[in-house]
Amino acid sequence: MTAQSTDIATYNFAYLDEQTKRMIRRAILKGIAIPGYQVPFASREMPMPYGWGTGGVQVTASIIGPDDVLKVIDQGADDTTNAVSIRAFFKKVANVAVTTDTATASIIQTRHRIPEHPLTAGQVLVYQVPIPEPLRFLEPRETETRKMHALEEYGLMHVKLYEDIAKHGRIATTYAYPVKVEGRYVMDPSPTPKFDNPKMHRSPALQLFGAGREKRIYAVPPFTDVVSLDFEDHPFEVQTFDQPCALCAAENVYLDEVILDDHGGHMFVCSDTDYCEKRREEGHRGHLAPETDLAPGNMEPVQ
Amino acid sequence: MYVAVKGGEAAIANAHSLLADRRRGDRSVPALRLDQIVEQLALGVDRVMSEGSLYDRELAALAIVQARGDMIEAIFLVRAYRTTLPRFGYTSPIDTSAMLVERRVSATYKDLPGGQLLGPTFDYTHRLLDPELAAGAGVAEPVQRAGQTEPMPRVSAILAREGLIEPDGDMPQDHVPGDITREPLEFPMARDIRLQALSRGDEGFLLALGYSTQRGYARNHPFVGEIRIGEVELELDVPELPFTVPLGTVRVTECQMVNQFKGSAKAPPQFTRGYGLVFGQSERKAMAMALCDRALRASELGEDVVAAAQDEEFVITHSDNVQATGFVEHLKLPHYVDFQAELDLVRRMRAEYEARENPAKAEEKKEAAE
Amino acid sequence: MDIAAQSIEGGFADPVFNAQTVFRAVMDAMARPGSVQPLPALARPPAPLLATSGAIALALCDNDTPLWLDPALHASAAIGSWLGFHTGAPLANTPADAHFAFIATPAEMMALDGFSQGTQDYPDRSTTLILQVGDLASGSPLLLEGPGIETSAAIAPAQMPRHFVEQWKQNNKRFPRGVDIILATSDGIACLPRTTRIKTMEA
Repeated sequence: MTAQSTDIATYNFAYLDEQTKRMIRRAILKGIAIPGYQVPFASREMPMPYGWGTGGVQVTASIIGPDDVLKVIDQGADDTTNAVSIRAFFKKVANVAVTTDTATASIIQTRHRIPEHPLTAGQVLVYQVPIPEPLRFLEPRETETRKMHALEEYGLMHVKLYEDIAKHGRIATTYAYPVKVEGRYVMDPSPTPKFDNPKMHRSPALQLFGAGREKRIYAVPPFTDVVSLDFEDHPFEVQTFDQPCALCAAENVYLDEVILDDHGGHMFVCSDTDYCEKRREEGHRGHLAPETDLAPGNMEPVQ
Repeated sequence: MYVAVKGGEAAIANAHSLLADRRRGDRSVPALRLDQIVEQLALGVDRVMSEGSLYDRELAALAIVQARGDMIEAIFLVRAYRTTLPRFGYTSPIDTSAMLVERRVSATYKDLPGGQLLGPTFDYTHRLLDPELAAGAGVAEPVQRAGQTEPMPRVSAILAREGLIEPDGDMPQDHVPGDITREPLEFPMARDIRLQALSRGDEGFLLALGYSTQRGYARNHPFVGEIRIGEVELELDVPELPFTVPLGTVRVTECQMVNQFKGSAKAPPQFTRGYGLVFGQSERKAMAMALCDRALRASELGEDVVAAAQDEEFVITHSDNVQATGFVEHLKLPHYVDFQAELDLVRRMRAEYEARENPAKAEEKKEAAE
Repeated sequence: MDIAAQSIEGGFADPVFNAQTVFRAVMDAMARPGSVQPLPALARPPAPLLATSGAIALALCDNDTPLWLDPALHASAAIGSWLGFHTGAPLANTPADAHFAFIATPAEMMALDGFSQGTQDYPDRSTTLILQVGDLASGSPLLLEGPGIETSAAIAPAQMPRHFVEQWKQNNKRFPRGVDIILATSDGIACLPRTTRIKTMEA
């Protein structure tokens, strides 16, 4: 038994064994050929918990090669703990180059955001997906939702969205906002804010989605129609912020609210940390930007 | 002045070194050895092997100590290791009627061929904390009957001779047993797949579901036909060899529930079966599994599906504790982005609500804000 | 060289990285239909199986994926044993059971609808066809549209199946069911996933 050795060499390149990679690769190809359709795959246990990106990690591990440059973000940020952890995992098991720079990454694994910097042809965006089934909250049974997709029977989804409008005056879904892919499959874009939905539409990048616990892979090829569901009298709208980023003054980007004190003081800053830093390097300054830039702070575990 | 929090990598490393420290605890207390855990916390080791789906006592013991005694974390460690192991082949089905039995009890017959054998059980112990154990007192050699003298047929085989119990559910000749670790689940599932899922399912979850059937949520009139615990031989068929290759033995617990059944449009009145099998010694798990197995056979036997324990999608998709703990615990990961989106929506809707309910106050508030 | 020796030689020199290289080429080709992805000769299968199609088999096939070989390939015992040795993939009893089908002479091949099309519930359970073609430039030009293509793309694969454009239209109509095609030349590949629409080009 070799388990007691901690030598990483006992694991294959990119952790997964070759048979598992072949199985996942076949699922990815089917996903690309049937945009928006959730391909079942025999997801493996990974050395991080289900729900923490095992689907995305399996997809990335199956496509990544020694020439790739990997970027990992969580909530748009490269430095959130789970992003740091996943990036460190790939550095360790695949020894690949990693970056925080959106433009130079060949593979970007993400949780909950699409980078602000436009993606380009040749890039692959890998989404971590918790619940891949857009109809799941309307119908908990897989046997039923599978039938609905097969028959292209999406009336239930429209009813739900319309009930929202009747009750709240608007569609009360702000993230994981359902989309229709290439006019056929209704798809869950993963819990990205609906702000990011338009970025999926005809993106030059390949978008792959991995749901480990739920054992599904799906894909949106480049230049594919991705349309957010809406109604003629209630067209789809994205969130807007009434102030720019407090650090880099960017407008029309997605902002995080940061609480500054316990008297209600708060500020809005870019959720995409790389985008924000790049803008500050270029000299953009928000109204709360520090004079000297970015002394890296430290977060110690609380004892 | 606001400075974004950075340095996640250092924080993670520091947190893990703190974890290692807390795991070791007071350095003046001797560190646990794996053989101590294997020998003295054997039922915990069995649970980790069973729900981790890997029969290796030493690895299970390592997992328990690495997990600081958190059983689900230990099961997860074992699973994550197991999934990287190459698959050499599938053994022939084990034959539990040929088991080297250490414990065997039947609740349906007072005496039966092979006899009742209590074995190492907590049953009939008085649950009084034992100060002598705390003092590390010596333990006398056990008294055991010498060797297994007569064959011990399974109770289901005895009942089957009378034709009062349903047959053992033969699979078609060309049926290849599924493997839930290699293929995605598909509903409805065949019983072999379902039993695999139940066998690695969470003990507590199955226990609660089994209990619910006893309390009337899909009552299925169970009797413990038999529980047996002991060692069974594992054999591998290698196509190139003219004989099966013995691989050694594993210890398992098997529970055969016998359930009274009044008959339905699909099946005649007879006794029906619920089956439980787990690695190591765990009667609670094997019995709970057997109750759930029987409940999940509702549609096969033409019963109405009225309770949670009968609902295959519900039971199977939620029985895996490694999946469940991951997804429940993932809620502590950052969700700033989604929360921001919800915050924005709730603020807008709240403002509209206040404007509607109390226009004067809303106006006041607006003025104050400005 | 006898069949036994032929069957064990010609595999990937570096199985992990070669498989990744081949897969990425196929993935890129599938994601950008009509784009030609160069592929070095990483495998050396017995003729007439091309190095590219052999490499695709090594990268994607194993004992979970029954294969179907067209008569030209099936006739060679060396190819059968090479694929068996290197991939462990069983041969499919019928084309409709195959996960992958390798076709050396597309011009003589059976109709596309003879292969597995998947089901409406599981459209992924369809056959992926690997068609060996002489080149991607000298045949009748095909103008392509659909997901993965910004405006339009063009290839002109030589020696394609009979009535291919008409057959492909039928394949499109079956969506989400249908087959996907990998076109393999001696040094590159291009893909036609089931979503790609062919506009026949005026001469």
